[in-house]
Amino acid sequence: MDGAVMTLQVLAVDDSRTMRDLLRITLTGAGMDAHLAEDGVAGLDVLDRIAPPDAIITDLNMPRMDGLGFIAQVRARKALRAVPILVLSTESAAQLKARARDAGATGWIVKPFQPDSLVTALRRVAG
Amino acid sequence: MTETPPQTTAKPDAPGVELLSFLIGDQYFCLDIMSVREIRGGTRATPLPHAPAYMRGVINLRGVVLPVMDLARRLDLDTAADTGRKVIIVVARGERSLGLLVDAVSDILTVPEAALQAPPELPADAGRSFISSLAIVDGRMIRVLDLGAVLPPTGEVAA
Amino acid sequence: MAEIRAAFFIECEDLLEELQDGLQAMDDGLADTETINTVFRAVHSIKGGAGAFGLDALVGFAHRFETALDEVRAGRMEATGEVVSVFVSGSDILADLVQGSREGVAVPDSRIAPVTAALDTLIAPPADGSDATDDTTQIDFQPMALSLDLDLDTTAPAATPPHGWDIGFRPETSLFEAGNEPLYLFRALSELGPLTVSCDDAGVPPLDALVPEEACLGWRASLTTPESAAAIEDIFEFVDGLCQLDIRPSERHSPGATDHPDTPAPPQPTPAVSPPQLPASAPPGSARSASPDLAGERPAEPAPVTPVSTVRVDLERIDRLVNLVGELVINQAMLSQSIDAAGVAPNSPVRAGLEEFLQLTRDIQDSVMMIRAQPVKSLFQRMGRILREAAADIGKEVRLHTEGENTEVDKTVIERLADPLTHMIRNAIDHGLEDPQTRAALGKPHVGHVFLRASHRSGRIVIEIGDDGAGIDRERIRDKAIDRGLIAADSTLADSEIDNLLFLPGFSTADQISRLSGRGVGMDVVRSAIQALGGRISISSRPGAGTTFSISLPLTLAVLDGMVVKVASETIVVPLGAIHETLALAEDDLRRLGPTTHVVNVRDQFVPLLDLGAELGFRAPLGAYAGQVLLLIGQEDGSSAAVVVDAIEDQRQVVIKGLADNYGRVPGIAAATILGDGQIALILDPADLISQARGHTRAPAAAPAASSLHPAAGLQP
Repeated sequence: MDGAVMTLQVLAVDDSRTMRDLLRITLTGAGMDAHLAEDGVAGLDVLDRIAPPDAIITDLNMPRMDGLGFIAQVRARKALRAVPILVLSTESAAQLKARARDAGATGWIVKPFQPDSLVTALRRVAG
Repeated sequence: MTETPPQTTAKPDAPGVELLSFLIGDQYFCLDIMSVREIRGGTRATPLPHAPAYMRGVINLRGVVLPVMDLARRLDLDTAADTGRKVIIVVARGERSLGLLVDAVSDILTVPEAALQAPPELPADAGRSFISSLAIVDGRMIRVLDLGAVLPPTGEVAA
Repeated sequence: MAEIRAAFFIECEDLLEELQDGLQAMDDGLADTETINTVFRAVHSIKGGAGAFGLDALVGFAHRFETALDEVRAGRMEATGEVVSVFVSGSDILADLVQGSREGVAVPDSRIAPVTAALDTLIAPPADGSDATDDTTQIDFQPMALSLDLDLDTTAPAATPPHGWDIGFRPETSLFEAGNEPLYLFRALSELGPLTVSCDDAGVPPLDALVPEEACLGWRASLTTPESAAAIEDIFEFVDGLCQLDIRPSERHSPGATDHPDTPAPPQPTPAVSPPQLPASAPPGSARSASPDLAGERPAEPAPVTPVSTVRVDLERIDRLVNLVGELVINQAMLSQSIDAAGVAPNSPVRAGLEEFLQLTRDIQDSVMMIRAQPVKSLFQRMGRILREAAADIGKEVRLHTEGENTEVDKTVIERLADPLTHMIRNAIDHGLEDPQTRAALGKPHVGHVFLRASHRSGRIVIEIGDDGAGIDRERIRDKAIDRGLIAADSTLADSEIDNLLFLPGFSTADQISRLSGRGVGMDVVRSAIQALGGRISISSRPGAGTTFSISLPLTLAVLDGMVVKVASETIVVPLGAIHETLALAEDDLRRLGPTTHVVNVRDQFVPLLDLGAELGFRAPLGAYAGQVLLLIGQEDGSSAAVVVDAIEDQRQVVIKGLADNYGRVPGIAAATILGDGQIALILDPADLISQARGHTRAPAAAPAASSLHPAAGLQP
């Protein structure tokens, strides 16, 4: 129905319901489609069901499958190798950068985030 | 997907206050229609222990336990004999609902705001005043009831 | 936003529960890595959410707590009993801070400070030189409140005149591997000002030597912008270190190299760069503000994948459903009554259909009641905290053991059990358990034990609170009861009867009223609270081995098993749970006590006689009571009363309807119900009736037995 304009599809993975709510509101408020999952396992489930998203946002510390494991699983899938992944964490930017890099993430966002900084970061990796 | 634009429910300019008038004995009273929920026939009320004399008891109003107040007793007025033909006006104030037992419901009146006047203070009626304002309609004096003053206080109403 | 905030606090409750569960497991020595991770995550998530709402006090404490927990998680510290107990205090404070934040009340520093200090000691042991990194972690976390007015157009107004920048950018392979896309970086640059980009494909090898995964392109860009170099660097934040980047003020405006629009198909994933202006395919809302009103209610959100599917429903909606089902039950009773009245033959299909209808109605009722049911876990956890505080207060070491935490009870019952349970837990610690020295002398372990058990038993919920203390000192209870004239000096009482004396109003067991149990609130208040829930409470105690209180509760509050009685031509429902037995009064058993009071001899125990019609003000006392129907009301204790009614009509389930909402509390009356004929009947509150009646029982006035029957004089005006 959007015709030529594609709505950015974003998968957000966070075990905190509050965070998921905030992410959903931020993403949909910026005109993106938000897919939500509460941990890495659920995130992979979502990825099985939908076309590769334009970007993935993930928390690091989660039950069942944490963010690092999740990113590794995503990167192991051929179709998802180039999907930009932003890592969310309360760590400082410097610590987070190293961890995100090691994990194979594209970028990082320090929690709590400002909605516009999240959107800006997304735009930088996913257009 | 389009959001429905906020509906601006334009209220027609009310020419005045709408009042429901009713009779207790031979006196006319009325209530702001906004506080009236419905009117029903009088039924037997289940008496409440240790309740003030003006409380008739409680009735079943579609599953809700509704206290009924005998307005004549509350206002200390003579009333028609209990013929079983009385009427209960169900009123709501905030979260609370209450039935007011009156002799008969008479009319719905529209009274211009300006026609309502404060009741003169008469020392003989010391204590609470249940009348918030007075008006003359068709040559009759209408007493507008102050619902807040009429309602029994919340909490333990018992004597 | 308020909605998310509310949701956050609900989530906090769950997280606090997880936290307490985990700490309990750690305390029991059952913790594995995942437990510690869960505990850590719970605190971490609370911190994250709290940060989003600018709840600084909560963030600050959660951060400290998290840092301390991380010591254990990272294996740098062992979770000894002492360490865990600091964490448990931490979780208590965290719960306080959550509640404080929710209600907008500050938690006094005096409460927080000791725990903060204890946590800090764990983070950096005082003796050792404290690690500098610990400090940085603390400073690093900068909470910032977010205001969700999704106005994304935040480019600061330019004060400085625009000037030119030359940007050299050559990605390394790792940049692409990490999922970056140069196109978007240029697009972001173009939002800062006019941009021209040219591609440097000099590094592209011949096609047969091309490795698609390897980066071989570079770009040169000229940007004119009022922004500073830092703003440009910001855009390249994520690729810093993954590319060669060179940003410098340009001397003149001229693109260095030529554009190569005809470059052979560039290797994936490196695309050709489009001209500076935003392509038409830019997603909506980029750098545009989206209406905040729209933000919250996008309808087409895909359902998140959840392992257990649950629905959060407004309690009001459930209560409405409960009410409607109550209506259905009443309606069905009315229908039965009219069918009876119509004289329908017993074997007619109408009867059969009605029977089925009845069964369905009951099933629906049961299912609806289940919706309101909640595990008692949260309640038990609260008690855990009460126990810790009480034990710390009084200097006894106590452990709590819980069982049946997943037993489900009506939500309202759970809420209303909190106070009585709190009181009983404190009692158990204060009066039940001996002090450590005494225990040691008795050869008991110095740590006292308190048990909380919940279970379903024959259609009721049973909650037991027990201790392994000294048991009830029956000698002392008995003496005290005699002292106070509650029992005759020569009365012989069974053990259980003595135990039940504890439920008498104002009967306090401790010789000295301690700070903990306080004064005024006795077991009588506990019993009233339980009875108000349609429950019963009983005691069992063994000297030296401990005391157990057993509370039995109906599964739900919305219906009640009641005895329908007539008194002064009014119909009253008496909760069946309160009726000990029914009997006909024999003249011989009736004794005058005072000028206006009677007692009844029930198996050699004198029980006060209450005339229900008179007590409720419906009529004057009857005066003559021989042959009247008596309901022996009360529990198995001594404070029961014999209540006179005119007749027993029926025994049935009734739907409870509140009176208080529209009217207020009525003494002696718990609630109302609607009978099959549509009339309202009042439900008696026996405990309240007895306590109100005590001391002013009016029996025959001046002339004894003169006026045997007053007509229903009290029928309200």
